[in-house]
Amino acid sequence: MSEPSDGLAENDGSRFDRLPATAAEREVSGRATRESVLDFWEERYGIDPAIFADYTFWEKGSRKLWAFRGEIDSPIEIESLGITFLRTRQEHWKPTTDAVQRFGRHATQNVLTLSREAARRFVAGEDQEIEWDGDWGYLIVAHDLAGEREPLGVGLYLHGELRSQIPKGRRRELREVDTGEQ
Amino acid sequence: MDVLSRYEPLIDDFAAFRAACERPLPSVVRVNEIKATPERARTALEEEGVGYEPCEWHPGLLRLDTDHPGRTWGAFHGWVHGQEEVSALPAVVCDPEPGERVWAACAAPGGKATQLAARADDAGLVVANDRNLGRLSALRFNAERLGVTSMAVTNRDARNYSLDPFDFEEFDRALCDVPCSCEGTIRKNPDALDRWSLGYLDEIASTQEAILRRAIQATRSGGTVVYSTCTFAPEENEAVLDDVLDREDCRLVDFTCALDSRPGVTEWEGEHFDPSVQRAKRIYPHLNDTGGFFCAKLEVGG
Repeated sequence: MSEPSDGLAENDGSRFDRLPATAAEREVSGRATRESVLDFWEERYGIDPAIFADYTFWEKGSRKLWAFRGEIDSPIEIESLGITFLRTRQEHWKPTTDAVQRFGRHATQNVLTLSREAARRFVAGEDQEIEWDGDWGYLIVAHDLAGEREPLGVGLYLHGELRSQIPKGRRRELREVDTGEQ
Repeated sequence: MDVLSRYEPLIDDFAAFRAACERPLPSVVRVNEIKATPERARTALEEEGVGYEPCEWHPGLLRLDTDHPGRTWGAFHGWVHGQEEVSALPAVVCDPEPGERVWAACAAPGGKATQLAARADDAGLVVANDRNLGRLSALRFNAERLGVTSMAVTNRDARNYSLDPFDFEEFDRALCDVPCSCEGTIRKNPDALDRWSLGYLDEIASTQEAILRRAIQATRSGGTVVYSTCTFAPEENEAVLDDVLDREDCRLVDFTCALDSRPGVTEWEGEHFDPSVQRAKRIYPHLNDTGGFFCAKLEVGG
């Protein structure tokens, strides 16, 4: 494959490459940086960058980012490293369900908390009409479970509608709660 | 063929053993402490009206009164993971500390490997390997759902495993939960013994030995290797340990196990094994109302 005109290499989808710290250290065209990833979580969801202090960020596959707790040599050719974390191919970056479940409890903004019944429909993959006064776009969707807010996954909020982004393999038909609450 | 009758000489109260093998298993989940405390996981079950009973020997294991543990909120959030009670033993015996490097040689579908990561507070490195690519996708799915961020997954043959991709030479611990004839899973899968044969036992035993030897070679001196199977056959259990004790620099060590168990056997069909194989534990279905299991702890360089 020829080099892009900016003189930077293309992503090699067969291996994990560690994200550069900043744009100045970037060697692969278009690759996100650690700085931009930390800024994304902080600006969009209010998650303190300190939460990610022990994590390194990686790209494998086109614009698919992974979070790994620890250090390891870059690049590395293995099947997976930590968890998938963030998709950066489109203009609006999209967190994964698993990343939101793992880190979303630290979020302070753009979190939409659903009733138990709405949460049940959300994890079944249904889109719902929901009132929401905040930003549009990818939200962290949560409900209250065992006394605290717990993130369910990512929803896309547009024009009064919350579109469930739970991947097909993660959707579940959960039983109705019969305690009468919520 | 009645496979299990060959074990009558080894088992006290063989009738109780038989009867237990014919009963279905209770539905058990392990609380994933990467995402929730046992208290919160229990509260979530109570909110859903799912009854549970903690397993006496392990506060993070719950027997549920539903046959569909995957349809609970706790399962969706990755707070709990369906795992047979006795299969939670080897990760407890391996017991990695935060910061340690652990190899799970035959890791898919990942119940034990994710348990290893959780025991190290998701702050070590678990290298979870499996040879089978299809099973590896189940491992990855489970690791992501349970929020395990300290795992590296590889797809290689454990018998000649290379550490080439990594920037270190040795593991601190290893767990060899090896492929086996699965006799102990008969309560979960009544067809488990349909393809049983002595020839298969021979073949799988040589695979098991090669995997265990590689684990010992890849673990630092003083490190821990745990060997486990879900089968009763001494050919796959004590005989494998006996061969490996002869060929690798290691020794069997005692370990405590809160489940009721019997020591490894030193004699089987005219063969005699190293007396230290008694330090391994045999777990029969009628002892704790679980599946059948075998577990041994080895120290490298000893």
